[in-house]
Amino acid sequence: MGKRDDIKSVLVIGSGPIVIGQACEFDYSGTQACRVLREEGIRVILVNSNPATIMTDPEFADATYVEPITPEVVEAIIARERPDAVLATLGGQTALNCAISLHEAGVLEKYGCPLIGANVEAIQLGEDREKFKGVVERCGGESARSLICHTMDELLAGAEDLGYPVVVRPSFTMGGLGSGFAYDEADLRRIGGAGLQYSPVTEVLLEESILGWKEYELEVMRDHADNVVVVCSIENLDPMGVHTGDSITVAPALTLTDREYQRLRDLGIAIIREVGVDTGGCNIQFAVNPADGRIIVIEMNPRVSRSSALASKATGFPIAKIAAKMAIGYTLDEVPNDITRETPASFEPSLDYVVVKVPRFAFEKFPAADPTLTTTMKSVGEAMAIGRNFTEALQKALRSMERRDSTFHWDGPKPSVEQARTYLHTAKTPTDGRIVTVQQALRGGLSVEEVHEATGIDPWFLDQMELINAIADQVAAATELTPQLLRLAKRHGFSDTQVASLRGMPEAVVRGVRHALGVRPVYKTVDTCAAEFAARTPYHYSSYDEETEVQPRDKPAVLILGSGPNRIGQGVEFDYSCVHASFALRDAGYDTVMVNCNPETVSTDYDTSSRLYFEPLTLEDVLEVVHAEQQAGPVAGVIVQLGGQTPLGLAKALKEAGVPIVGTSPEAIDLAEDRGAFGRVLHEAKLPAPRHGTAYSAEEAVEVAQEIGYPVLVRPSYVLGGRGMEIVYDDETLSGYVTRATIASPEHPVLVDRFLDDAIEIDVDALYDGTEMYLGGIMEHIEEAGIHSGDSACTLPPVTLGVAELERVREATLKLAEGIGVRGLMNVQFALAQDVLYVLEANPRASRTVPFVAKATGVPVAKAAARVMLGATIKELREEGLLPPYGDGGTMPSDAPVAVKEAVLPFKRFRTREGQVVDSLLGPEMRSTGEVMGIDDDFGTAFAKGMLAAGSGLPREGKVFVSVANRDKRAMIFPVKRLADLGFTIVATTGTSEVLRRNGIASEVVHKVSERGLDEESIVDLILDGGIAMVVNTPSGPNARADGYAIRAATTSMDRPIVTTVQELAAAVQGIEAQMRGDFTVKPLQEHARDLDLYGRTPADLAGGVA
Amino acid sequence: MTSPAHLAPRGAAVLVLEDGRAFRGEAYGATGRTVGEAVFSTGMTGYQETLTDPSYRRQVVVMTAPHVGNTGVNDEDHESRRIWVAGYVVRDPALRPSNWRSQRSLEDDLREQGVVGISGIDTRALTRHLRERGAMRVGIFSGDDAEQPVSQLTSVVQEAPLMAGSALAAEVTTPQAYVVPAVGEKRFTVAALDLGIKAMTPTMLAQHGIEVHVLPATSTFEQVRAVGDDGPDGVFFSNGPGDPATADAEVAVLREVLDARIPFFGICFGNQLLGRALGFGTYKLKYGHRGINQPVMDRTTGKVEVTAHNHGFAVDAPLDGEVTAPADADGTAYGRVRVSHVCLNDDVVEGLECLDLPAYSVQYHPEAAAGPHDAAYLFDRFVELMSNNEKGLGL
Repeated sequence: MGKRDDIKSVLVIGSGPIVIGQACEFDYSGTQACRVLREEGIRVILVNSNPATIMTDPEFADATYVEPITPEVVEAIIARERPDAVLATLGGQTALNCAISLHEAGVLEKYGCPLIGANVEAIQLGEDREKFKGVVERCGGESARSLICHTMDELLAGAEDLGYPVVVRPSFTMGGLGSGFAYDEADLRRIGGAGLQYSPVTEVLLEESILGWKEYELEVMRDHADNVVVVCSIENLDPMGVHTGDSITVAPALTLTDREYQRLRDLGIAIIREVGVDTGGCNIQFAVNPADGRIIVIEMNPRVSRSSALASKATGFPIAKIAAKMAIGYTLDEVPNDITRETPASFEPSLDYVVVKVPRFAFEKFPAADPTLTTTMKSVGEAMAIGRNFTEALQKALRSMERRDSTFHWDGPKPSVEQARTYLHTAKTPTDGRIVTVQQALRGGLSVEEVHEATGIDPWFLDQMELINAIADQVAAATELTPQLLRLAKRHGFSDTQVASLRGMPEAVVRGVRHALGVRPVYKTVDTCAAEFAARTPYHYSSYDEETEVQPRDKPAVLILGSGPNRIGQGVEFDYSCVHASFALRDAGYDTVMVNCNPETVSTDYDTSSRLYFEPLTLEDVLEVVHAEQQAGPVAGVIVQLGGQTPLGLAKALKEAGVPIVGTSPEAIDLAEDRGAFGRVLHEAKLPAPRHGTAYSAEEAVEVAQEIGYPVLVRPSYVLGGRGMEIVYDDETLSGYVTRATIASPEHPVLVDRFLDDAIEIDVDALYDGTEMYLGGIMEHIEEAGIHSGDSACTLPPVTLGVAELERVREATLKLAEGIGVRGLMNVQFALAQDVLYVLEANPRASRTVPFVAKATGVPVAKAAARVMLGATIKELREEGLLPPYGDGGTMPSDAPVAVKEAVLPFKRFRTREGQVVDSLLGPEMRSTGEVMGIDDDFGTAFAKGMLAAGSGLPREGKVFVSVANRDKRAMIFPVKRLADLGFTIVATTGTSEVLRRNGIASEVVHKVSERGLDEESIVDLILDGGIAMVVNTPSGPNARADGYAIRAATTSMDRPIVTTVQELAAAVQGIEAQMRGDFTVKPLQEHARDLDLYGRTPADLAGGVA
Repeated sequence: MTSPAHLAPRGAAVLVLEDGRAFRGEAYGATGRTVGEAVFSTGMTGYQETLTDPSYRRQVVVMTAPHVGNTGVNDEDHESRRIWVAGYVVRDPALRPSNWRSQRSLEDDLREQGVVGISGIDTRALTRHLRERGAMRVGIFSGDDAEQPVSQLTSVVQEAPLMAGSALAAEVTTPQAYVVPAVGEKRFTVAALDLGIKAMTPTMLAQHGIEVHVLPATSTFEQVRAVGDDGPDGVFFSNGPGDPATADAEVAVLREVLDARIPFFGICFGNQLLGRALGFGTYKLKYGHRGINQPVMDRTTGKVEVTAHNHGFAVDAPLDGEVTAPADADGTAYGRVRVSHVCLNDDVVEGLECLDLPAYSVQYHPEAAAGPHDAAYLFDRFVELMSNNEKGLGL
């Protein structure tokens, strides 16, 4: 049948910012889709507000709109581009919801651009719970008994009928947002009430509990000729009750007989047909009663999902890529299997290995949040591992978490039975790290039956964990490490670290012994077919088996170490840089070898690099890959600078092991990371830093603080994302911090810095080759210093800095690059206070802002960085045309568009144990999961676009609630007056209202919760009733913070914009003004770049109009 | 205390291929020695069905799925009265089974039935070897035999009979005829020749209202014709082990069935025999098709079905167009034939359809067990064929 010839252009809707439940797996699927469509000669129009993605690189689409994904904005894009069709099944729930809105508003019909993949009816059948129940019934399946409710009364009555506990699931939300278990009426009032709010249609499904049942997923694909294949089965180790995104999952399913598996397959296929997903992938979830095998169909996603990305990586079957081909008319049998090349895609992958995925959480960032795992997804990332058996895959996955306590251990004496029972009691409640608690319970001698009873984890998995414990005992008890014993341990996934700890010897010694005994891994291939056909794609994983499949090669290879599981502070931005390095170096004639363990990413797409090793990023695993590649051919070097702190942390040890590190040397990295050494660099460069000191105890910290003066910024050394960072105003809080954190030790001191109040923070990304510097971009933060740079909105080019200040930034950056000895990328954070430019920190690595800089300036900075690391000079790259011939991102023309980056925060995801959302206050510790970009001709519009894209668009009318700290009262007057002039009604608390009145601004007074009379409405009630369009609430000291919490929590749960700094208020006012001038105009990045024409500039242009 | 059973040392075992390559591992199942043809199966589920499939007679099956035995063994999923494989090769045997239907462990069954196996070897390396060099003879040696030099064991393997030229149906067929009653209203009576039949086939036929008379492989046409009140409404030839080129007697019976224009349906070995009856050749595939993920195109509808395969031989017929059956000298006996199904992986013939006779067959397994149910419609076709024949409607 082949490609449809009526589709010449397609609008692809992306998934927007990274949020919990919708992460960079949609960058992976979207990138694949864009690639496929362009290869087919189709004009690709893309909308995605997330600048950190690879799909929004101008080279992946013909027109790339980094614009908010709202129905209005997307309509404007459709009107401008007139696509023949819209593809919304690869952009997660965001794209699907947007598509439904466009359909309901008649936009798709008006412009004659139908949805391809899944049509609206199919989407609704799949997503609407009541309709889906009908589908399941017609397919001969069973659903959990349930009721649809629209009010609290209906919920309460329904629960009586079904019997507690009941499951609450709001309709049309993603990642299970708002769903949970209610064990009693109080739970139901809380969870159900919130659920009604989350659902855009105020609809909640109440369901019988199937807690503790086995949980399975099938990834199913269909083409328009009605061919259907099941790509992958996934079994959850954590039974029903934990969101699948938060569960440890295993592929393929391991505890079903063929009859039982085929029953799931039959149901899955019947359901995709009945729902009517025309083409593409969908994901169907099942619960199976472990006692009798009764099957309940839980839900289906009529689109590519997080599980599809996992299934693609787990099997080598690229679901998104093939879904895109199906969408434009191909059938499964017409598409070749990429990996075998000779067989078609109309088959079902067979695995001769086991895949384990482990979620990564960030509860340490949200201490107030309840860490119990429920049906609402809370993890921020995941790692996947492949092994030739379950134990190997599981242990590799656990060490891929890069957390000391994430792996099985045998420290201390064996737990007593009483201790083991205590562990088991803890493990009854699913939490992050439960699996290690379970392992300890088993280690303490509890039986598999007892542990199964308590946790619901299938005995087969528990038995495997018991096997791991038994091997550990053997390793510990042996008189010496024999090759047989080492091989046994390795075949069950033990790391050198684990063996070392069992033997009480250093890891390096274990490794030495192991190498001397010739016990090394081989590398097998993920080939979709269990070796039935030859694989053409070098997608490898390690195993302690006999035969390696790594092929010899001739070209010099560059190994790129990725960034591991996504976490707050280290996400898709780093994957972007790794992927770009791979592209650039392949173009430059190298073989690139990617090492990473994050299944959500583009870097772990087997198409991205010449070779892919799906491996944990630990020293041992990386050294083995390096060894394997050195055996295979010449290795030019290893790149550690692009994947964030994970690979950077390995630099020194790799170098010591004789591995060639390219780019900035590990010694230079140390210069920037070590406080004392960096101080000397600054001193020599005559650059000021805020006064600071290092403390090894609480007493020392207080001494340092008194010496340099409060407020101070305290943090542990060697961290990313501001982990554990706080601003402290007095001795008591400071010593409490140091003691509480117990982070001060001789190896890990606490850093105490003078905190600069009221400073402007500036972020710079620069490239340095040893002689010349290319300034990628200078970004001005919108929030004051003290808000973590990852959480702060910023603008490029800067909007308030003058030419002289920019010149000082350039000079200082150059001196730092020289002083540290950077070869490649460097990120510097400055603070400008009282006209002094302080250096806050310098990081000789790719930063979070690299992709934003690349998109805002239209220059592939990460690609250039990779080339510089391999020895190219900036001069050469300018001549080659990779970099502009003259000028750089620090000399943007005066008519350059303004790009604003806005952070997206996950507060809504997290609830305290009492059920309130956690506080949304920004601070020095990074807590955002993602970012968006707004780009336009002026700052106000760009900022407004950023806010809209981040999910809480600025209002055009209504009431604005203002409550600011005393120190901010002066600064608030002008912007608040402007809001009043623009027609907004100002609502304020007594104190703020009084100040406003004295300045001639009328306001309505509203009570704080504590001041409210019996029948009066408090501000929180007002917000929850939807009466407030925007909230301005700047915190004033620790006590008022608590008071503002309820206000901020209410605002967050209502999705209204909340402004917590005065600087942001000024930006918001500009944004509101811009918005009131008319609707947003849209413009693709390609046009921005063409108009900006950085590559066409002459020295004369630079001398003239510079911003 | 961790159960010591988890680390109870297994005895040594060695797997030796006829070309001399050896893999050292641990004994699994019964201890001793066994020889057979090495084949690999890529199914990730269904080991119980595989082991009890008579088509695996004299074959040593290498499981590409690493974990085998996880769901134990139950009394419902057997495909025949015993395990047939000559030897079993797995990487990671289950420590203990876990499934609500499990009645005992797989290894107990293997031991009880004397099936010699090996575990802990690099099954992927072995599979790749077989893929590159083709199916070949193999031996598994455990206990004292494992200590013998590989060269000596290789000679033992080289003395084993080849699969090509082997007639095995008689070794696996039922000694006596038996009847599987129709489920619900009986619509048809079918004579099913057991060449190594899997239990699911008569079960599926019965579910279509067919009373199935399963006959021994050595049955004559007269015995076939004796089924039912007025002869059978249809004849079925099952799957089974061995080289179809040796099955001249069965082919002769089938020709008589075709001559009598009795509706015919064949599966697997039955497909090869239909091919031979029509005058096509059969040949041995390099390493065969064994798995439950094979894409087959039904050329009538253009649709792809994912199917269960277990065959080492195939029919050599022209893929495109209709041809007159080569065995049909004057074009009046069997008439036109076409290839109805093709494997999309390698264009191997997966089904034959007679255009002038009520006869068709497929090389793969519509009865699944183990495997997907995509091809179950083929049983409906048999019912349709018999129904049309009964009404005198022709094909």
